Order: sequence, then structure tokens, then C-alpha cells
Amino acid sequence: MELTERHVEGLKHLLYKMADDLLIIGHRNSEWTGMGPILEEDIAFSSMAQDKIGQSLAIYNILHEMGEQEPDTVAFTRNASSFHCSQLVEQPIGEYDFSLVRHFLYDYADAIRFDMLSNSIFEPLAMVCKKFRGELKYHTMHANIWIKDLAEGNEESKTRIQNALNKAYPMALSLFEPSEFDKELSEAEIFSGEAKCRTIWEKEVGTVILEAGLEIPQVSDPEEYYGGRSGKHTEHLQPLLDEMTEVFQIDPTADW
Amino acid sequence: MYGNAYIDPKKANSSLVDGENPEKLAEFEARIARGEKIEPKDWMPAMYRKQLVRMIEQHAHSEIIGSLPEGTWITRAPGFRRKLALMAKVQDEVGHAQLLYNAAETLGKSREDMINDLISGKSKYSNVFNYPAKTWADSAVIAWLIDAGAIVNQLANSRGSYGPYCRALERICAEESFHLKYGHDNVVFLATGTSKQREMVQDALTRWWPPIMHFFGPSDKDSVHSETLMRWKVKMASNDDMRQQFLNMYVPKIWDLGLTLPDANLKKNEETGKWDYTEPDWEEFKRVINGGGPCNAERLAVRRTAEENGQWVRKALLKESETYVTPLS
Ligand SMILES: [Fe+2]
Ligand SMILES: [Fe+2]
Ligand SMILES: [Fe+2]
Repeated sequence: MELTERHVEGLKHLLYKMADDLLIIGHRNSEWTGMGPILEEDIAFSSMAQDKIGQSLAIYNILHEMGEQEPDTVAFTRNASSFHCSQLVEQPIGEYDFSLVRHFLYDYADAIRFDMLSNSIFEPLAMVCKKFRGELKYHTMHANIWIKDLAEGNEESKTRIQNALNKAYPMALSLFEPSEFDKELSEAEIFSGEAKCRTIWEKEVGTVILEAGLEIPQVSDPEEYYGGRSGKHTEHLQPLLDEMTEVFQIDPTADW
Repeated sequence: MYGNAYIDPKKANSSLVDGENPEKLAEFEARIARGEKIEPKDWMPAMYRKQLVRMIEQHAHSEIIGSLPEGTWITRAPGFRRKLALMAKVQDEVGHAQLLYNAAETLGKSREDMINDLISGKSKYSNVFNYPAKTWADSAVIAWLIDAGAIVNQLANSRGSYGPYCRALERICAEESFHLKYGHDNVVFLATGTSKQREMVQDALTRWWPPIMHFFGPSDKDSVHSETLMRWKVKMASNDDMRQQFLNMYVPKIWDLGLTLPDANLKKNEETGKWDYTEPDWEEFKRVINGGGPCNAERLAVRRTAEENGQWVRKALLKESETYVTPLS
């Protein structure tokens, strides 16, 4: 089918939020490099962070083909209010329990989104999503093992994981903040929409949480962390971007 | 990244073989002379084991501590290409630490003991990592020249006698050559870039030159231990020989880029075929190796914090430890 201007606008919005989420969570998780709780996990976390940044690059490349600027320019010159990432991914890494639980909640959402989009009528995106399915499968498997092992480890680790879950779960709902384009994108079979993503996600992460002997947190205000998709961010994003672009900004026209 | 064990030159030579069964010792030395590898369950002199544990352990520490100065630039790397490459490089270094701790564990010292000795300051790591990586250009110079030095050292050691260490080093060297390519490419971009970029890389190189000259350690050809350790193929080349090899390979490449080095006496002596240079300040080397460098305290503090913060995870995963460690390589 022919994409209307409105579809293109909606697609760009979708691609920006996906790419920005991936870049920022990849960046955050890379902060663990050399600092992980055990060497094997340090290596695994770094590897997944690299995958995320690679995936974000692939999506910025689609945007570039749609007329947006070069990936480096898009990633390294915007300020926080022009970013569309969710408030979940920009949170500081905290302790390992938080980072691990965030990785679990985020990667399920990501895997579900990529899975859905593998059937999108928008070919370039469908291809990228198919290509990264293997990586995502590994990421969710990694998260499952660790959530389960630490929930069943000892009292302290169980309490830590539950507390991290209580903190991160409401934030993770911001991944599914509805967009004004959801209905049209869904009708055009480009993307089935945030609400559908969220329903599947709640079921899937819920199963893992319960199997690990943990409780699904009750959320009083699901919209508490909304806003990231339209550039409303926590105080954590701008300092992250300042750091990320520090060298690039010495001379944005130079070849690095 | 690098592990050239610092051996106390004042200890007497005889202490290396004191009390060893002469027949077993002769057989052991004959195996090594024939080019055989020594494996974890084979008989070996106590001092062979001790020197190897010390050397491999220091090497492992150097990898994990070495990931810190470069690691701080991951979040600041300019552009996707550099960011992804640096992440992969530092991840490799952590992987090297894992392989090397495992190789040392096959000799009977646990990873936990080694890490405790690292953070208490009891064991050493490569001196270069006690210097700061002040700018992005420092991270480029490290990736090129420190990894280049590491390759010289590790290639030599990979021809040593202890099987698990040699095999670990073969894997490591393959990865280090990618690091060197990445570092070189990075330095080339800076050296041929804008005036600001050139200034950054020249400044980094000037600051890193003394630690690079220190990298292979003080001259040890007269060390009383060297002869035995070389016969045992624990030590494969003298520090001076490795330094010469490094200078011969990389000084011309540095000069080709139009960069200068802060040593007016540095030149190839056409008669001897060797490089002349101003002897680096070995008093500073000793001071830094003994804790007095600009970043010793910071590096250990970071490592200690990482260990402390990760303790609850390790405790939760704790299983009965095995007595025999299977070599990863
Ligand atoms: Fe290394
Ligand atoms: Fe290295
Ligand atoms: Fe390396």
C-alpha cells in the first residue's frame, strides 16, 4: 500500500522512540564494563550493550534513508528535549539489581516489539527486526536466568530483586506510552500499537516474575513516568547526553 | 593486557631450585628443552609454579585494571563506529582477565585470592595503568601503543612452557591484533585531522612516552633469576630485547604520522642496529609500582568498589567450589 504523509510521520516517531531507547539503554549498560559483579557477567552485559547500540544504529540508518540526518549527527548533537526515549532507560544504572531488572523488563518489551514489527508492511523495518531476533532471544534468555537465579539465591538477593522490580516496573510502563499515531499505524499494518505490546508484555514478564517466586508490583499511577516520547525527561538524560557528546562536540565537523 | 612479572633481582639464584628432587628436576627441564608443554597435573618445581602464578596473576590484573582507563571513554566515544569498537575492545580485555585468572587457577590459586591480593595492593599489575587517560586521544594512544607493547610481550610468552598460559595467550594475541588496528586507525584519524585533533594526539603521546618506555620493565639481563627462568621458558625474552623490538616496529610508524617523541636521543644506531634512547627514570618506575603513581589509589578504589558492590551477587550464586579447575584454553 501507499504510505501517506501521516504514516511516514507516525513511522518516524516510532523509529525515533525505538532507536533512542536502544541507544540510551545500551549506553547505560555499557557503564558496567569493567565494573560487573563477576567477570563472566561483565562480559555478557557488555556484549548485550553492544547489541543494543548496534540495533539503534540500524534504526537510525532507516531514518536516514527516510530523509533524516546521519546517525552520528542524530545521536550526538540533539539535546534531551529532542530525544524520544522512555524515562525507564535514562535512569542511572544504580546497583546491579536495578540494572538487571531494568534489562529484564526492557528486553521483553523490545523482543515483543521487534517480533510484531517483523510482520510490518514497512519492509526496511521488518527486515531489521527479523535480523535482530536472535540477539533479542539471547537477551531475554539471559535476563530469565539471572532473575530466577537471584530470586532463588538467598534472602538478600530475593529482597533486592523484588525491591528493584517494585521500582522499575512502574517506570517500564512508560515504554508503552500511547502515541497519537497508534491507530493509523495499526490500521495500515505497520505497527499493531503500544496497547497491544503492553498486554503481551504484562503476560510474559508476569509469568517469569511469578515463576521466580516474586510478586508483580501493583501500580497506582501507570502514567507517572510518561512524557519521554514527546521529549519530557527526567533530570538524568541531559547529563548523560553531555557526557556522550563531549568528544564529538569538540568539533562536530571533524572525522573521528 | 600485559604481564611481565617483576622479579626481585636481589634474591639468590639457588633459591629457585632449593630442595627439589634432582631427578625430577632434570626430567622436567629435559621436557621443556624438547619443547613439550607442562600441564596442570604434571610435576613442576615449586618455584616454577610460584613464578608462573605471579606472572599470570599480574597479567590478569593488568587486563582488568587496564580496562578502567579506556573504559571511562566508552561513554564519551565520538560516533557510533568508535563507540562500538571501544566497547568491544574493553570487553575483550575483561575476557582476557577471565582467561588468565583461569590459567592461574590451574596452578592452585583461586580467583578470589588473586582478586583479594589485587585490591589489598599485595600483587602488582602493569605500571602503565597507574597513569591517567586524560583525553580521548589518550585512549587512542593506549589502544595502539600499549596494546602493541602487550603483543610483543604476549607473543614471546605464548611460546613459553606452561600449556594453559600459552593457549590463553594465543587466543588473547589474536584479539590484541584487532585492538592494535583499532588504536592505530584512531591515532591516524587524529594525527591527520584538524589542528585541535593533532594537538590532542601529540599531547597524549608526549605524556604517554615515559610510561611506554617503562612498559617492558628495567633491564634484567644481569638478573640472577633470568637464566633459570629462561631455561624453564617462563621468561622468554629479556626486557631490553622486547623494548628494542617495540621501538623498531613502532617509532618509525609514529614518526611517519608527523608526530614527535619527547626524547632527543631517540634514534636507530646504524652500527649496532639497535635503538639509542635516554634511559627512562627508573626511580619513578619503582615509585609508581610501589603505589606512588598518579592513579594507583583510584584504580584500586574503583576495583574494590566493584568487588564490594558485586559481593551480594556472588554470595547468592555461591555453589560448592571445585577443587580442580578445568583450563578454559
Ligand atoms: Fe588484553
Ligand atoms: Fe590490552
Ligand atoms: Fe588489548
